[in-house]
Amino acid sequence: MKTKIIVITIVCIFSMSFWMCKNPQSQEAAVTVSEAGPGQSSVQDDQSEKNVVQIASESPDHTTLVAAVKAAGLVDVLVNAGPFTVFAPVNKAFDQLPAGTVESLLKPENKRQLQDILEYHVFVGVISEDMVTDGRVLNQVNLKNVTLGNKDGKLTVNDANIIGSVKASNGVIHVIDKVLLPQ
Amino acid sequence: MKINQIFSIFSSLAACTIIMLYSCKPKSPATVSTGDAASKVYVAPGQYDEFYNFISGGFNGQMSVVGLPSGRGFKILPVFSVHPENGYGYTEESKPMLMTSHGFVPWDDLHHIALSTTRGEHDGRWAFGNANNTPRVARVDLGTFKTVEILEIPNSGGNHSSPFITENTEYFVASSRFSVPIGEDNQRDVPINTYKENFKGTVSFIKVAPEGDMSIAFQLVTPGVNFDLARAGKGPSHGWFFFSCYNTEQAYSLLEVNASQRDKDFIMAVNWKKAEELIAQGKGKKVKARYAHNKHDEHTHMATSTILEEVLQLDPKELEGIVYFIPCPKSPHGCDVDPSGEYIVGSGKLAAMIPVFSFTKLMQAIQNKDFEGEYDGLPVVRYESALHGVVEKPGLGPLHTEFDGRGNAYTSFFVSSEIVKWDIKTLQVLDRVPTYYSVGHLMIPGGPTAKPHGKYVVGYNKITKDRYLPTGPELCHTAQLYDISGDKMKLLLDFPTIGEPHYAEAIPAALLKDKSVKFYKIEENKHPYAVKSEKDSRVERKGNQIHVYMTSIRSHFGPDNIEGVRVGDEVYFHVTNLEQDWDVPHGFAIKGANTAELLIMPGETQTLKWVPNRVGVFPFYCTDFCSALHQEMQGYLRVSPANSNIPLKFTLDK
Repeated sequence: MKTKIIVITIVCIFSMSFWMCKNPQSQEAAVTVSEAGPGQSSVQDDQSEKNVVQIASESPDHTTLVAAVKAAGLVDVLVNAGPFTVFAPVNKAFDQLPAGTVESLLKPENKRQLQDILEYHVFVGVISEDMVTDGRVLNQVNLKNVTLGNKDGKLTVNDANIIGSVKASNGVIHVIDKVLLPQ
Repeated sequence: MKINQIFSIFSSLAACTIIMLYSCKPKSPATVSTGDAASKVYVAPGQYDEFYNFISGGFNGQMSVVGLPSGRGFKILPVFSVHPENGYGYTEESKPMLMTSHGFVPWDDLHHIALSTTRGEHDGRWAFGNANNTPRVARVDLGTFKTVEILEIPNSGGNHSSPFITENTEYFVASSRFSVPIGEDNQRDVPINTYKENFKGTVSFIKVAPEGDMSIAFQLVTPGVNFDLARAGKGPSHGWFFFSCYNTEQAYSLLEVNASQRDKDFIMAVNWKKAEELIAQGKGKKVKARYAHNKHDEHTHMATSTILEEVLQLDPKELEGIVYFIPCPKSPHGCDVDPSGEYIVGSGKLAAMIPVFSFTKLMQAIQNKDFEGEYDGLPVVRYESALHGVVEKPGLGPLHTEFDGRGNAYTSFFVSSEIVKWDIKTLQVLDRVPTYYSVGHLMIPGGPTAKPHGKYVVGYNKITKDRYLPTGPELCHTAQLYDISGDKMKLLLDFPTIGEPHYAEAIPAALLKDKSVKFYKIEENKHPYAVKSEKDSRVERKGNQIHVYMTSIRSHFGPDNIEGVRVGDEVYFHVTNLEQDWDVPHGFAIKGANTAELLIMPGETQTLKWVPNRVGVFPFYCTDFCSALHQEMQGYLRVSPANSNIPLKFTLDK
């Protein structure tokens, strides 16, 4: 297993260095190249309310999500003014995916797919807890819909439960127990 | 695979991400723009910039004039907002410019600029601007850099989709961002939840006469959607106009959620030549309206405001062939037509793709009645039938597109903070550069015309944060200049802007600089209170009105001693600047005036109204450093009690 991880790391270093440092001409150049220079996420500000990325980064339950957001090049996107509603699956939610899914998604050649999945977790607009009404449909960043549920105060998004909510400077995070997969 | 193994992978991945971030670190914004960037934006002392950049000021209601490539600011040009710096909106002459059917409106929100064109190219006559809040449009003379005409738009709310222009300046448009109930009082006083039945959008086509006079030629009454931006067709598509529409859901509350329910909104295509034909046949209906038309006269140096009471409306549901909807994904913001006039680019601000429509295909679809249905009784063209193709996954939050005239399009992306260059025909992404941060509009000199200059693109950013020395909670908005002459875009310069820039245009300096007016000819001054020589300067009383016929010349006022004014008198200082020399304005201010100064251009007459409320001797002076003896340019006015018998007296050097 260790060997496998090392191999992945090496492959990743090579492929990412290729992707990140080359001229972003190819179609694989994906959604953002803000990595090419420090983007908005590099702004030094420890006084303002925390944004969705800062909140997620400080959560021990969201290390997988945060790593995925970084791998997908979406950090600078999510520190943007937004506002965003982020459905944030906990680490355990990723563990429930079929074996190999996460590894596969993290491969640079699957970056688009990873972005698609992550963008399915983001709505541009703020849907605070009290706005989660039963049956409300949200069209997510990847252009696919999710459906909110509210049964006697039990809040859901598709088949995931909303197990907590945190307000951020640029939106709101709803912590969920399942990864949302675009159909 | 076990959880800890996944974590190990993630940790490795995170580690290598960090390594890569650092290994790429030399491309910080500071270093991105090194190399020959400085020499490319350096305009040596005494040399001129290559382009004038007219930048909308957004919530300051003004335009600013900046040079490119240096980014040096030359002028703030007041349009819809008062400007104490030069008395605009404070002088008796300029107050009528800001009159509306709602009374005097001293502020507005100017979002977009359109420069006049002939045969699709800039002709350097005028700049037009829109007022978003109290719907108006304005015309600025590019010889005097002065707002010379403002027209209010009736039956409108939020004049955002304005003032985009046709290729020979036949028309420019003013369309409603906020639909509202229109008509008589009883038609307008309706419950908000009757939006679907009662709220209407309007699209006004404003005719521009050869000498510049603006009038509403006709107004289309449309379904109650939100119009966002627009562009006229050109070349083969001349005669058509394209408008992006969002909120086709017709939501009237929490639009943040409720106006993004549908997969597609629309680009509305308008055949304005057809509208002209139908009007010529006597179609359309003149309806009552109430709106102000304000004009500045360059000879009297005064503005007048007239209330107009009628507008010609066309209902496209009754008059077939004017309006067609093209489905366009997710709340389209920008709606841009390429220099050839064949391609129409819609930018769904919530869509992670850019649809490009073909005018040829649109015409075929309309001819074949290839419709997928109707929206509020108007035909909806089948999406696929009008579509040239889609730029897949170009970035997040596409807003606006400009063109370089070499077959490339440049789109701004707010959410992913970047400008993306792509090929209009093949729809392939060619290059991308980050912006700092969250770009809104972007601009290529001549970008919206048939012949763009294609040398630079400027991004006007919405978020500044750490880009400049901080100035408290409110920061200036940044602009960024990129060189687009090669295959790759290169960041050359950051420069701060005034207000909040939205759209901007740039025009070669050669088209404007030689016809810039240097002064107004005194012999052509027809101001009723002008005095053309110092010996005619005087003071007259008419009841409680005092009219001071004053002259100013380096370095004194005539007269400079005035007595016999009483508390409560209305004193009008009509100051004529007798200079006939370039760059010698005189100012005028008097203690206690409840208004701004005058800044009088050579040959011009301007009037300051002053009502003294106490006795005393009041100094007045020239506020613009006009000469070596500027500091001597002053005078005194004595105010006596309301019942005093002191005779009116005015002197100079006595």
